[in-house]
Amino acid sequence: MAALLKIENVSKSFKGLRAVANVSLSVEEGGLVALIGPNGAGKTTLFNLIAGVFPADEGRIILAGNDILGLRPDQICDAGIGRTFQLVKPFPDMTVLENVTVGALHGTHDIGEAREAARKNIELLDLADKIYQPAHSLTLPDRKRLEVARALATRPKLLLLDEVMAGLRPTETDEMVAVFKSLNQETGITILLIEHVMRAVMSLSHHVAVLHHGEKISEGTPEHISQDPAVLDCYLGEEEDV
Amino acid sequence: MMGFNMLADLTNKGRIGLLLFLAILISLPFWSSSYIISVATITLYLAILGQSWNLMLGFAGLLSLGHALFVGVSAYLAAYLFSVLGLPPVIGIFPAVLLAILMGMLIGYLGFRFSIGGVYFALLTIAFAELVRISVDHMAVIGGTEGLFLQVSEGDRKGVDLINLRGHPWMFYYLAMVLAFLTLAGCRSLLKSKLGYYWQAIRDDQDAAQALGINVFRYKMYAVIYSSGIAGVAGVFYAFYQNSLFPESVFGIERSIEVSLGPIVGGVGSLFGPVLGAFILTPLGEGLTELIDFLKSSGIIDPKSKLNGLKLLIWGLVVALIVLFKPRGIWPWLNDKLGFCRKESD
Repeated sequence: MAALLKIENVSKSFKGLRAVANVSLSVEEGGLVALIGPNGAGKTTLFNLIAGVFPADEGRIILAGNDILGLRPDQICDAGIGRTFQLVKPFPDMTVLENVTVGALHGTHDIGEAREAARKNIELLDLADKIYQPAHSLTLPDRKRLEVARALATRPKLLLLDEVMAGLRPTETDEMVAVFKSLNQETGITILLIEHVMRAVMSLSHHVAVLHHGEKISEGTPEHISQDPAVLDCYLGEEEDV
Repeated sequence: MMGFNMLADLTNKGRIGLLLFLAILISLPFWSSSYIISVATITLYLAILGQSWNLMLGFAGLLSLGHALFVGVSAYLAAYLFSVLGLPPVIGIFPAVLLAILMGMLIGYLGFRFSIGGVYFALLTIAFAELVRISVDHMAVIGGTEGLFLQVSEGDRKGVDLINLRGHPWMFYYLAMVLAFLTLAGCRSLLKSKLGYYWQAIRDDQDAAQALGINVFRYKMYAVIYSSGIAGVAGVFYAFYQNSLFPESVFGIERSIEVSLGPIVGGVGSLFGPVLGAFILTPLGEGLTELIDFLKSSGIIDPKSKLNGLKLLIWGLVVALIVLFKPRGIWPWLNDKLGFCRKESD
């Protein structure tokens, strides 16, 4: 399969601090790739570079053959990338349905059509009973679900998920993993996720990349990663000692 | 298209309320005094402007404290074209509203291109309004500080001439009512369109809106364009209703603040809030003025005492009380109590 997203030697510094250092990563079309690593490893910075929040200092980011580096976030969305925010950003005074409808209006002017599409995404993320609630009244796990529903509603080719399973109960995590798996199988959507919940990473991803101090220190299948000494040393190892 | 299916948003109670309200408004001239009609005309005029101001802050999250600018440039241009070139306002309204929109676009461009947000954007709107006020002070061709006047003959005030906007006070009253209704219906359909959804998204969280593919700059510009355009239409009405324009009384900051008070009291972000706010504040202010005059003439208070600022003081008190006790405005609270608007889940 061809690479949908290619990150080539991307670096980003903030006031001299190298947040992302010379990272390359390839995400195949239809792939489920996880980005893991300790806090402060540069995962979210890498996401923000892909999503156009700020420009990279060097390197290239290519989506389906087009260089997308330097585009604004809305142009990145037009190019086919949907994202969620680690610190959730719902539209607080709008209802769940309205929140997701905003996403679904990407590419259509028809409100009725957008609301129908929004309803489907809301059902998919298990928020159907809260559809008319204002987003500010939702619990944190529900806000995370809302983030996903809203991003999905823009019909992206590539979905960037930033710790959407943090704070979910194990059964809820399994449910969400199942949602992403079936989405991936049925629609062929490509997913790149940042996740600390190893239960989700192991059961969901085809491929895992590990960041540490802004550098990619390892990548491979989930099984390979879980046995890589470098990864055990800086990240996974701590948990195994317990 | 224009949102005349507004009735669909209302419960039966709301429909009866609206019909009652309309019946009172329509029949008003037949059973009240010319003074009441003039107060009602100004109330409707402020309801239109409140709607325009609310479109920016309540829908798109953009605080304008310079709305008098949009009203003023349009009023002056239409009045100038009529009095000097003889161009009737029915044609003059086009360049006048265009000028208001261009002013809006200029402020919007500077503000949004250079990411001037929140209160700093509001300062930018004040700065432009003041700049134009001072410029007009020195423009002899439109009267400068002496003011610009429109000729009114005795005959004018008897007929109905909508092309030249000369006529009986009733004509202006009904015209204001039609414009207020069109503005309300127009804002309703905007709010329920893609624009409305995008504006509210930008208002609630600009970064999230952008991540969902919204070109924030462009949609903020649309908000300023619609808002300044509505204010421009109101400006033409103002010029031909007042027949006299002075830089201070047209562009002054009090005018801009006056525009914002109605929606703040009625409920920022709601459709009926600006209307309700205008109908609370304007009669309240006028009633106070009348009351003071009455008390003075009947000798209860000293006729020489200066109480000019009392109206503003009471308005300030009302706004302070609303902000303290009903920060979302009176309409959302009233609607919760009375259930005029249909909830989406019904």
